[in-house]
Amino acid sequence: MNGTTRTTDYLFQVYRTLIAVLLALALGFVITCFVSEMPLEAFGNFLLGPLTSVRRFGNVIEAAIPLVFTGLAVSIVFQASQFNIGAEGQFFMGAVAAVIVGIVLPLPGVIHVLVCLAAAMAAGALCGWIPGVLKARLGASELVSSLMLNYVYFRLGVYVINYHFRDKEAGALVSWPIRETSWLDQFLQPTRIHWGILVVAAAVVFVYLFLYRTRWGYALRMTGLNINFARYAGIGTASVIVYSQVLGGAIAGLGGAVEMLGIHRRFIWMMMPGYGWDGIIVAILARNNPLGVVLGALFLAYMRTGADIMARMTDVSAEMVTVIQGVMILLVTAQAFLAGWRHRIVVREATRRKEVPQSEGAA
Amino acid sequence: MDALLEMKRITKVYPNGVVANESVDFSVARGEIHALVGENGAGKTTLMKVLFGLERADEGEVFYKGEKVDITSPSVAISHGIGMVHQHFMLVPSLTVAENVVLGLEPRRGIFLDVKAAVRRTEELAEEYNLPVNAAARVEDIPVGMRQKVEILKALLRGAELLVLDEPTAVLTPQETVELFAALRNLRERGHTIIFISHKLREVKEISDRVTVMRNGRVVGVVRTAEATEADISRMMVGREVVFRVEKPPATPGRPVMRVEDLRLVADSGKEVLKGVSFTVRTGEILGVAGVEGNGQAELVEILTGLRQPSGGRVLVDGEDVTGADPGTIRRRGVSHIPEDRMTYGAAAQATIRENLIADRCWSKRFNPRVLMSLKAVAEHGEALVREYDIRTRSSATPVKMLSGGNIQKVVVARELSADPKVIVANQPNRGIDVGATEFIHRKLIEKRSSGVGILLVSADLNEVMTLSDRLLVLYGGEVVALFPDASEVTEEELGLYMLGVKRMTPEEMAGAEAAAAGGRAGPSDAEARSPAVGGGAR
Amino acid sequence: MKELLETILSPAFGYAILRVTTPILFAGLGAAVTELAGVINIGMEGIMLTAALAGVVVGALCESAAAGLAAAVAAGVLMALVMAYFSLNLKTDIILAGIALNLMASGGTVFLLYVVAHDKGVSSSLASPVLPQVRIPVIDQIPVLGEILSNHNVMVYVALLSVLVVSYFLYRTPYGLRLRAVGENPDAADSVGISVHQVRYVALIISGILGGFGGAHLSMGYVSWFARDMTAGRGFIGIAAQALGGQTPIGTLLASLFFGMTDALSNFMHFIGIPSEFVQMLPYLATVLALALYARRQVTRRARLARVNRPVEAGTGAAAEGD
Repeated sequence: MNGTTRTTDYLFQVYRTLIAVLLALALGFVITCFVSEMPLEAFGNFLLGPLTSVRRFGNVIEAAIPLVFTGLAVSIVFQASQFNIGAEGQFFMGAVAAVIVGIVLPLPGVIHVLVCLAAAMAAGALCGWIPGVLKARLGASELVSSLMLNYVYFRLGVYVINYHFRDKEAGALVSWPIRETSWLDQFLQPTRIHWGILVVAAAVVFVYLFLYRTRWGYALRMTGLNINFARYAGIGTASVIVYSQVLGGAIAGLGGAVEMLGIHRRFIWMMMPGYGWDGIIVAILARNNPLGVVLGALFLAYMRTGADIMARMTDVSAEMVTVIQGVMILLVTAQAFLAGWRHRIVVREATRRKEVPQSEGAA
Repeated sequence: MDALLEMKRITKVYPNGVVANESVDFSVARGEIHALVGENGAGKTTLMKVLFGLERADEGEVFYKGEKVDITSPSVAISHGIGMVHQHFMLVPSLTVAENVVLGLEPRRGIFLDVKAAVRRTEELAEEYNLPVNAAARVEDIPVGMRQKVEILKALLRGAELLVLDEPTAVLTPQETVELFAALRNLRERGHTIIFISHKLREVKEISDRVTVMRNGRVVGVVRTAEATEADISRMMVGREVVFRVEKPPATPGRPVMRVEDLRLVADSGKEVLKGVSFTVRTGEILGVAGVEGNGQAELVEILTGLRQPSGGRVLVDGEDVTGADPGTIRRRGVSHIPEDRMTYGAAAQATIRENLIADRCWSKRFNPRVLMSLKAVAEHGEALVREYDIRTRSSATPVKMLSGGNIQKVVVARELSADPKVIVANQPNRGIDVGATEFIHRKLIEKRSSGVGILLVSADLNEVMTLSDRLLVLYGGEVVALFPDASEVTEEELGLYMLGVKRMTPEEMAGAEAAAAGGRAGPSDAEARSPAVGGGAR
Repeated sequence: MKELLETILSPAFGYAILRVTTPILFAGLGAAVTELAGVINIGMEGIMLTAALAGVVVGALCESAAAGLAAAVAAGVLMALVMAYFSLNLKTDIILAGIALNLMASGGTVFLLYVVAHDKGVSSSLASPVLPQVRIPVIDQIPVLGEILSNHNVMVYVALLSVLVVSYFLYRTPYGLRLRAVGENPDAADSVGISVHQVRYVALIISGILGGFGGAHLSMGYVSWFARDMTAGRGFIGIAAQALGGQTPIGTLLASLFFGMTDALSNFMHFIGIPSEFVQMLPYLATVLALALYARRQVTRRARLARVNRPVEAGTGAAAEGD
């Protein structure tokens, strides 16, 4: 039936991803040539800029941290075949919760941080729970409900910050700064890399272990791969639907907290920051694998940082990178992309190994 | 004979090696109702798919109205005047009858859809062919019989002179069947030609002019309906070369482990799918359920395994009532299941073999000594089962989708049989797999039976069900119509007569047969034999 | 409180509602059409945004509002075609394609804006034309209704007209019938010779046109410039509107009006001390609520198909799951 070996299949996927990336980059270069007086310098900055200084490379790492969180969150729900795209709102509410605890509670250092993180996870979990339970109990589309709730959570968060925690002395619409005891210190000068890097590493390890080394993660993955099979084998799929989205929410919320405690130290977002959507991109690139999420996040962050550098040093604005990313997603996820090539590989392998006798008129 | 359709030397071999049609000659005269009969797998569906352009024949030619035609797609078939009414309808639920009928050929008034004309055209057609339908009603609101008429009207609107009906009575109530036959006779009167695919010989006798019998991919014979009895046709249909034999020590049945009492199922359409089915499976025996597909077996198995609620009746496992319980609960009571559709219910194709093998036991302490799952235990478990069940693979870490059909089935069987069940429900276990895998699985089933497990074997494959079963019952039209206490004493011919609705046992006969076999065995079997619950259906 | 009531019940408020509803309505109609064809168009946001920029840029270059409008529609159609190509030909998941498109539009428009106007926030350096306002002769004499209905930007009327046109298209033309058939049972449509592919392409193109109108209204009517991310989620609100409205044009209109009303209302909420954010939440909460209520009664598309076409197989609790 399937003429390829596992290795061939895997290699094909890798090549295809590579080609997609290269094509997207090539397109970016073409665009740069059109708009810039110094295309080579500009594109060079984009590709290599982050490597030119410690601080710049640090930017890549800092930018990658929230992406790993939302990437993990989305990977979890996608592996359960739930299309919950609420990472954006969950991240946001997690940040709100962390900021509130950070402002209000006087607690000693490490404990304060932990409580902030816990509050954020609880907030995110609650946010993810609603679409989950609507799907499990009522069969309501988690895509629509999570999309809608993003806006609800956004408004809710903005309300809470604006009406109860607003720093009226500051120039812009921001909250009070959080107490220093809740900070995740930036320890690696001259970068802004903070201890949140430990949290994110822990999150990656946790999600990996959860998905591949626990019975709940197993149940989640089987439900995602074939819900009928899982149900038939006695797996409580309704329960999986809920806890996958709760866990995803908690991780996304955690990400919001880490970003707050490590970088901003006060609530500054009056628009949705977009990490949730980025998380979806990261999850797609990583094919929902937690370890791949780290790579995907770094990749995305690298490109964003490179684009920023290019914008600062040359005449090309950073937004070009979104076009490249968009094309990349489209190509990477296109099943039929290079399908003709793949088909030729399949046929060649099959005839070479002669495992399956092909009859004359077979398709 | 004025042959409207002639199919000559049609041969079709599927990629997995199955010879669906072997040099089949099939011809239909103009203006007749021609029945095409055969068991599942006989090749009749494939032949019709070739006719309708859904499949390409490897060899052979098709002549329509005397001219050679090359039918490459349904559109081409339709353009020649060939229409097909599939077993599963192709209707759009929220559209009206008229809209469904004219879809693709909509009457227009300028750029607008002429709804009135559509309704009028539909009603005209309906009246002309005596296929009364409610043209303005939404298809989802009309009864099944009417939906079928809509499908026929669709074909007629597109100018079908030759109509192929695939198992049309499978979804109809007896009353609706009467109406359908009246409509078919009317169509014949108006010069249409009909190919009627069925395995219900009584109906074939009633409605058709001639019958073509297929078996094993070949045409066995063509007879005039008036000149052949149902028994004659049945004899032609049934009987294949013995492909395998299994060594089977005598059965030692023990206590009843699964009891089904008066199970009923009525579909939303009103059709009675199961009409009071009762039987008992004992430990250490294989009870076979023979029957052509579409007589209620699939639904019966769904009820037994928790995927469907019955309309009435009970299912008991070891005395406990599990009627209507969910699959997980039924599993925990000791029921394992080899599903008919392994890729939908039996396995997760993208997951590895070892992952598939623990699906029903992922919570056990064996794999979860503490919080984390022991990959080592899972791997060992996987390798052990791969060895025991001779699954051809490099390792148990291979994704299931890389395996051949037979090996995938072995993975399913390995999991289900190693769950230490009290009862195994095996539904078409040898469907779509090679001989080697089949033999292996059969041997494993016998092993389990010898170790005291009760097995319910549902199979449309006569060979399989006759070789493996100790006791055998036949399901026809949702009822148990025969019960043979000793499967080895039944001939295929006789079995065929029951499977095709030609003969049926009375409840007394079945109870009597049971008692005779039970004579000498004390205990529950006696009580059973005397109880009217054994065997058959009330009316 | 008194001031609030006065404001709400004033014709000016009604006028504001219509104005605010227009882009949402365009997005909703576009999303409804594709949804009925079986395609989820999450990329509506990106389509409208791109169209908004195109309208401003071309309008300024050609010094013509009409040219701007044409460019907006063309841009919308182009984006829709990209989505169609990737999802229908290259088999990218339609939702992911939509997300990618939104991403590209969000950044791409800012990029282009900078190239053309040398500003990343707003296009005010460009002298972009505005689509005309229209007075309706008889109606604007009517006391209250006249103030609400007349003197709107022409696109507002186009939007209302679109409801009728789309309605007629879907329910009174053969092509609309086919489109609905394709969405509900593509196999059935295929079996009568309808090209499911082609129909879905057309559906996406239609949504591109409608999204183009919506974008044009935003940057050439609602306001007269382009600002980054100016669609502000209206594409998604449109999707919500058609979900709330049950995929019918009229339902979408009503739901869009509801969204528009809460949007307009939110500016006045502080009069009675209710934070505007709560009012802004209303439409989304309403959608989720409607979803929850409907889902209970509504059988999934797949189960419905099974019930009609496989009457014996489909039964209580038996249907194989999955969306």
